[in-house]
Order: sequence, then C-alpha cells, then structure tokens
Amino acid sequence: MFYREAGQFKTNYAADLAVFPIMQDRIGLAIILFIAAVIIPWFGSSFLIQAVMIPFLIFSLAAIGLNLLTGYTGLLSLGTGAFMGVGAYACYKLTSYFPSVNILIWIVASGFFSAAVGVLFGLPSLRIKGFYLAVATLAAQFFLSWCFIRQPWFYNYNASGAIEVPTRTLFGIPITGATAADTTRYFVVLGFVVVMTWLASNLVHGRIGRMWMAVRDMDLAADLIGIRLLQTKLLAFATSSFYCGVAGALLVFLWYGGAEPAVFDVNLSFFILFMVIIGGLGSLTGSFFGAALIFIMPIALRYFPPKLGIPVHPATVEHIQYMIIGALIVLFLIAEPAGLARLWQVGKQKLRVWPFPY
Amino acid sequence: MDILYKVFVDPFVQMGAAPDLLVQTLWEGLVAGVLYSLIALGFVLIFKASGVFNFAQGIMVVFAALTLVGFHEHGVPAFLALALTIAVMFGLAFAVERLILRPLVNQPDIILFMATFGLTYFLIGFGELIFGGETKVMIADQLLLPRGAIDIKMAGGFVSLQKIDIAAAIIASLMVATLAIFFQRTRIGRALRAVADSHRAALSVGISLEQIWVIVWFAAGLVALTTGIMWGARSDVSFALEVIALKALPVLILGGLTSIPGAIVGGLIIGVGEKLGEFYWGPLMGSGIESWFAYVIALIFLLFRPQGLFGERIIERI
Repeated sequence: MFYREAGQFKTNYAADLAVFPIMQDRIGLAIILFIAAVIIPWFGSSFLIQAVMIPFLIFSLAAIGLNLLTGYTGLLSLGTGAFMGVGAYACYKLTSYFPSVNILIWIVASGFFSAAVGVLFGLPSLRIKGFYLAVATLAAQFFLSWCFIRQPWFYNYNASGAIEVPTRTLFGIPITGATAADTTRYFVVLGFVVVMTWLASNLVHGRIGRMWMAVRDMDLAADLIGIRLLQTKLLAFATSSFYCGVAGALLVFLWYGGAEPAVFDVNLSFFILFMVIIGGLGSLTGSFFGAALIFIMPIALRYFPPKLGIPVHPATVEHIQYMIIGALIVLFLIAEPAGLARLWQVGKQKLRVWPFPY
Repeated sequence: MDILYKVFVDPFVQMGAAPDLLVQTLWEGLVAGVLYSLIALGFVLIFKASGVFNFAQGIMVVFAALTLVGFHEHGVPAFLALALTIAVMFGLAFAVERLILRPLVNQPDIILFMATFGLTYFLIGFGELIFGGETKVMIADQLLLPRGAIDIKMAGGFVSLQKIDIAAAIIASLMVATLAIFFQRTRIGRALRAVADSHRAALSVGISLEQIWVIVWFAAGLVALTTGIMWGARSDVSFALEVIALKALPVLILGGLTSIPGAIVGGLIIGVGEKLGEFYWGPLMGSGIESWFAYVIALIFLLFRPQGLFGERIIERI
C-alpha cells in the first residue's frame, strides 16, 4: 500500500540491477541525505552534532569496515580497535612529519597504513579458521595496543603518552584541532562516510563482493570454482582495515581531538563487533542501525531516567546500564538473530502488502 | 650482530648463570599456567557439550568469587557460604540454559558467542550493583587454605614456593582427575561425551540436551568458583580479574578448543612461556610484553597445527 513497486517498469538491465530498484527507496535515501546534510547542521544543537551525530557516523564507518570482513567474508575479527588505532597513529605521525600537506590526504593515507597492517595480521587466515582466527586477531589487538603504550615513537615522545591533534585547515577553515567548529567537522565526517559507504556498496555488489560471499559461504567450494582464497581473504582484510583505519583517524582527529592509547583497547573491538552483529551481518544498512542502537542506547539510558523523575545514583545507573545492555543484546539475538537489518526488511515487506497479511 | 646476540645468546647465558632464578621463573610460570588451565577448562567443558564459545567464563570466575566473599561478609560461616555459592552457580547455569541457550538453539556459533557477551555485560552490571565495585579480600584462611612460603635451597640459591600455589596445583589436579572420572565412569559423563560427539545422535538415543547443558554449565561454574578462590587468594577479588579470561583464550586455541588435556598442557606452556619471555626477553623490548606474548606463542603453534595441539582434526567436505 505505502511502499509498492507497481507501475515502475524497468526497460534495461542496468535499471533492474540497481542497488535501489524501487522509487520509494531512492526518495527515502534522498530525504535521509537531505536531513543529514542540511537539516541537522542547520537546526541541530551543538550537543546533537558533537556528541551524537559525529561519533555515530564514525562508528558506522568502522562497523561497515568490520562488516566487510566478518559479515561478507565470514572472517571473525576481534582486532578492529587496534586497526582503528593504526589509522589514528599513522595520521598523527604523517601530519606531524609533513604539516603542510592537507589533512584529508593524510586521513586517507592512514587508511592505507592500516590496510597494510591488516594484511600482515590477516596472513594466518588462510590456515586458521573460525574462533581460532578470532583469537589470532586478538594477537594483533594486544600487540598493537602494547606498541601504542610502550613505544614512545608513536606519540612523538610526549610526556603524557597521549596524542594531541594539531590544528589543520582546508581552504583557510580549520577542520581539526580545538578551533574547528562542530558543523565543519560534521561535514567532513559526513563526506567521508557518504563516499566510503557508496564505495563499499559498489564493492559488495560487484565481482569482489561476490567473491567474498562465496568464501564466506564455503571457502573450500569457493576455492574449487576458481576463487583464489589467499588474495580474496587478504583483500577483505585490507579493505576492512582501510575502513577501520580511516574511522580511527576520524575518531581522533574530528571527534576526540586527542587520544590516550587506552581508547583503542579490546573493548572498542567488542563494541564495534556488537554493532555489526546487532545491526545485521552482511548488511551495510545494518551497520548504521547497529551503530545507532549500540552508541545511542547508553546515551539515552543516561539521559531519560532523570527526565522521568526517577532518582537514581549515578553509579547505580552505570551498573544498571551494563545489565540493560547485556539483557538487550540477548533479547535482540533471540528476537532477530539476523539483526536489525532483517527487521527492516520484514517491516518493508509488511508495508508493501498492507492491509493484506501477505 | 649485537641484537642477535641479545635475542639468541644472552638470555640463555643468564639462565645458565643463575639456575635458581630460572627455576623460580619456571615455577611462577607453572603456577600462572595452572590458573590459566582452570579457566580454559571451563571454556572447553562448555564448548564440547554445547558448541558455545563461552566468553562469560572470565566473569563467572569473578562472580563466583564475589558471591562467596559477599556471603561471608554478611556473617555466613565460610563453608556454608561455599555451599550457598555452589547453589548460586547452579541457579546461574539453570537460568542461562532457560533464558539464553534454549531460545537460541540451532543458531550459528557467532550468535551464541555474542549472547555470552550479553551475559558478560549483564553479570558485570549485576555483580557491581550487588557487591559494589571495590576490591575484596578472599576468605582464604577461613577456607583453611595455607599461607606463607617454603624456601628450598638449590643450585646455589633459594627458590621460594608459596604454599597457596602448591595448594592450587593440588586442587587443580584433583579437580581434573574428578572430572576425568566423572566423564569416563558415570552415566551422566557418558551422556556428556555423547552430546559432545554429535547432538543429533545423542538426541535420537534419548539424551536430554537441556539437562546436559545445565549440568555442563554448572560444572563450568564450579571450575570458575575454584579458579576464583585460588586466584583471589593470590591477589584480591575484583572485576580486574575478568582480564584473565582474555589470558585464557590463547591457552584455549593452543590446546585445542575441544580437548581437556589440551587446556591443561596449553595452560602450562603459555604460563611458562609468558614468564620466561617477560623475564629474559622483556627488557629488550620495553616491559609489559606479557600482554601479547601468549598470543604470539599460540599463533606460532597454530600456524603448524591449525586445530591446536590436541584439538579434533578439522575435516572439510564439500
């Protein structure tokens, strides 16, 4: 009724193979982009932009990165936090060695550094599978976080052991550092996320994405039909780490403005993994849903009980928050193991056939 | 050349020069290894019987230890508190089976893995809400655990053994022996092994999966309680203990996810390797290599045996 493709005829193959074949989807996407690019920066409060939207977009990007690896290629990784750290530290080192080069170039370049490290730690994936691989990627996580803490070269021998983001400009407008406006940073992050999501969508709908999915469904069979496992798996590791690296660089340069090594510890990896699983494995939309739920839920839990007049001790809130998050994760998994993306599909189908049951 | 000398020659020269230090390091490694083995044992029990990679094992250790200390703080005598804690662990096993495993039966491994993450978070929040976040002291004396150290003269020096460590090693071996007998000789043990072999075949001969899962989670809870007591007696009881779960993961993959002897041997290898690495090679790279050294050891073993030392051979068919 509300959402129906009747009357929309395809006259060529390209239209039929489009990512959004239905008119209403395209309109919806345009509305979302309009809200993101015009309404939020125009009307949104500083709190909304700085504390909700920027981190939400950055975590979505990281979740997309992990989803490419875990959801599309079926390689479980617990090293996401470290790969994000590689991106952040690479960007920091590059911009402190070459301060005159534009920071946007270094953010992209830091993704390539992260990709290289990802390939290195992805090498065992040809022999090691499943949970064994997950634990092997934890080696990357712990080794890299140790490097960020113990090797002073990474943080330019600062006494504090933390990295401080310098001010860098684009066309004379500061986009990183303390003087950059919220809205400017928001636009930079939004630009990165839109472009990289579009690239990811093209990747997973094309030949490479098919290869990844074949490997995920059964790597032995994929090998037999002529997909080279080593290259495919390493490409997945590289792409995933690239996304995570860029997300890590954005996280430090455009959100935190400085970082302790503890930011990139194993909890960040688990956090991103939650987003991917709750959002839906093997779905780009799901990555956004998952990031929204996992990131915004704690904020909402902290924000609403005082509003409703329930007096609670802050420490108690913290503990109850843990309990609620834990219970919600289990509940979501029981209700829809395929994640929020699947719920979204079901909802769309319901809208299509409404008012009839099927 | 200098760096090669420092990596490949110098540590061994040091070992030869001070054999008492070497023995001391080995002993500490073995003791840490026993505790790693115990946690890994909890993982293996659950993984064998239900195919669930139970991330919550680490927090179960903390939770069990906190419950025990919490009961005692409320004036319950030590051994009664122990019994009550065992009852709580049974309740937990029962609740986990009812509320998490049963609704998620037949889901992919990764979903069950995630569900144990949810359980971890829930238990962290619940534990802190009830027992508070501050560190507590394990009631080791009341449970008649020995304290103090024995010094043994050897090789031109002293080796100091903590009595509690010796007790931990003895209790761990007793527990493994009991578990082995339980698995080999009893009716339930045979049912457990049948389930581990094949869920479907076990179901078709009339073994109740639900019952087996409760028993297995309960057994893992008992192992967690023992680990919690031992670890708590050496240091304090706090939520910082949950990081030892992450320490047990390399042990687990080194030994093989499905093998009880693997968990034991893996724990000892990792414990000794980690302490030796930290003591002799650590200063070369800046300290703190303990945090990742175990993973690197496990990774090297895995490259040669992808299923771990004692794991079941992975056979893939189209």
